[in-house]
Amino acid sequence: MDRRSFVRGVAGGVALAGGQLLLPRALLGAGLPSGALESEELFALPGKQPLIKRSFRPPNFETPVAQFGDVLTPNDRFFVRWHLASIPEIDPRAWRLSVGGDAASAPLDLSLEQLQREFEQVEVVAVCQCSGNRRGFSDPHVFGVQWAYGAMGNARWKGVRLKDVLAKAGLAKDAVEIAFNGADSGALEATPDFVKSIPVWKALDENTLIAWEMNGEPLPHWNGAPARIVVPGWTATYWMKQVVSIQALKQPLANFWMAKAYRIPKGKFATVDRFTTQETAENTPITEIVVNSLITNVTDGQKVKAGAPLVVKGMAWDAGYGIRGVEVTVDGGRTWQAAELGPDGGRYSFRPWQFVIKPSRGRYTVSARASNGLGATQVDQLIFNPAGYNNNVVQRLGVEAV
Amino acid sequence: MKKLAQTIAAAVAIACVPAAADETNIRMADGPELTTLVANCSGCHSLDYVQMNSRWVKRAGWEAEVKKMVTVMGAPVSPEDQAKLVEYLTREYGVPD
Repeated sequence: MDRRSFVRGVAGGVALAGGQLLLPRALLGAGLPSGALESEELFALPGKQPLIKRSFRPPNFETPVAQFGDVLTPNDRFFVRWHLASIPEIDPRAWRLSVGGDAASAPLDLSLEQLQREFEQVEVVAVCQCSGNRRGFSDPHVFGVQWAYGAMGNARWKGVRLKDVLAKAGLAKDAVEIAFNGADSGALEATPDFVKSIPVWKALDENTLIAWEMNGEPLPHWNGAPARIVVPGWTATYWMKQVVSIQALKQPLANFWMAKAYRIPKGKFATVDRFTTQETAENTPITEIVVNSLITNVTDGQKVKAGAPLVVKGMAWDAGYGIRGVEVTVDGGRTWQAAELGPDGGRYSFRPWQFVIKPSRGRYTVSARASNGLGATQVDQLIFNPAGYNNNVVQRLGVEAV
Repeated sequence: MKKLAQTIAAAVAIACVPAAADETNIRMADGPELTTLVANCSGCHSLDYVQMNSRWVKRAGWEAEVKKMVTVMGAPVSPEDQAKLVEYLTREYGVPD
């Protein structure tokens, strides 16, 4: 997709969101903020293909929707999200991982070579999705990076189990959380360092990894080289990039990034996994990725040929309960039909799907709705929350067959 | 606006941020408080953070955001400059109450 067609596609979205068309805005959802549309551009970071720039520093770049055609998102198309602007280039040979904390009796100081040699190597295919993916569609808008659909990707991660490393570090029975720190930092000493924790039970999940490889290649710098944490099923805020320290804690981690940020109101979302040591009366840390889908080969406002088959394609994913089905409607939700599911690439992976329509002349509203093994499904109306998380609103794409 | 680009470039250079991409092309709305914005904000982040978070924020929203940068993120912004920033952000990147 060249720059020009990208701009055109976006402009169509603005017109719709502005209420200039006949459909009521409530049925369309909010578009991105005008300032987000004006300031976005396709830009290639070193080693990356052009991605949609949301901010340069710290770098926040999302993957264009059309790039989600493959089950595995290519490394050079994978989204980039950092909180703090100082991101060092780390020599993998010089990198050390410190494993300790008050709930670890045998602290470790590991090189990458030791990590790779001393523990069993495993792989998992998993979706890494920013908690705030689709925040830009929040209605009303909320502060933050104004992501559209592309702050996510699916990759094959290779590394070692975090539980194996914790066992070697002498994890104590009374540990409650495992905290991760990356090598990044803010420009000011006073800015809270980005340190995150997960419950010890999630850290001991066999799928939670310390990974150095992504889709068969070393992690790209922008995605956390030399090694990062991988927490399948949970949003990317816990997938610490450039991890240099892992601390087993007897007390909950109390910092800005845990206590104030990345929180959802209690009672609004049907989330299974709880993070009880961090819960308050009002809110709780975000945990699982909500069931969701994305139409990857149709854009809003697209014109297609009447009478010719149109294969609507997309991806579906959830927190690991498994995609049970994807339904598609082309009449704005009056009738739904089952899409054909592609190969199952694992419970944490994108699941491809497709649905063939043969439209006669006219206008269609195309939507897809994924359901998972728990029976959870996408929502028709945004569940508003102050930070714009867990947006799995069903897309509504206008298509005209001519 | 060339001067602004140079100022931002200088701020970036001072911060020694290896991640700095082509942010010198960012064009912010003109105004008497623009130098205050550049001096107080661009040391830690590119100014497209302001652009993308527009336009829907009322004065109280920009006040809260400036306050957050000071009290949470540790930005050393004087009360006078905080007032100037709120004025600029509300006028150029906000909406009326």
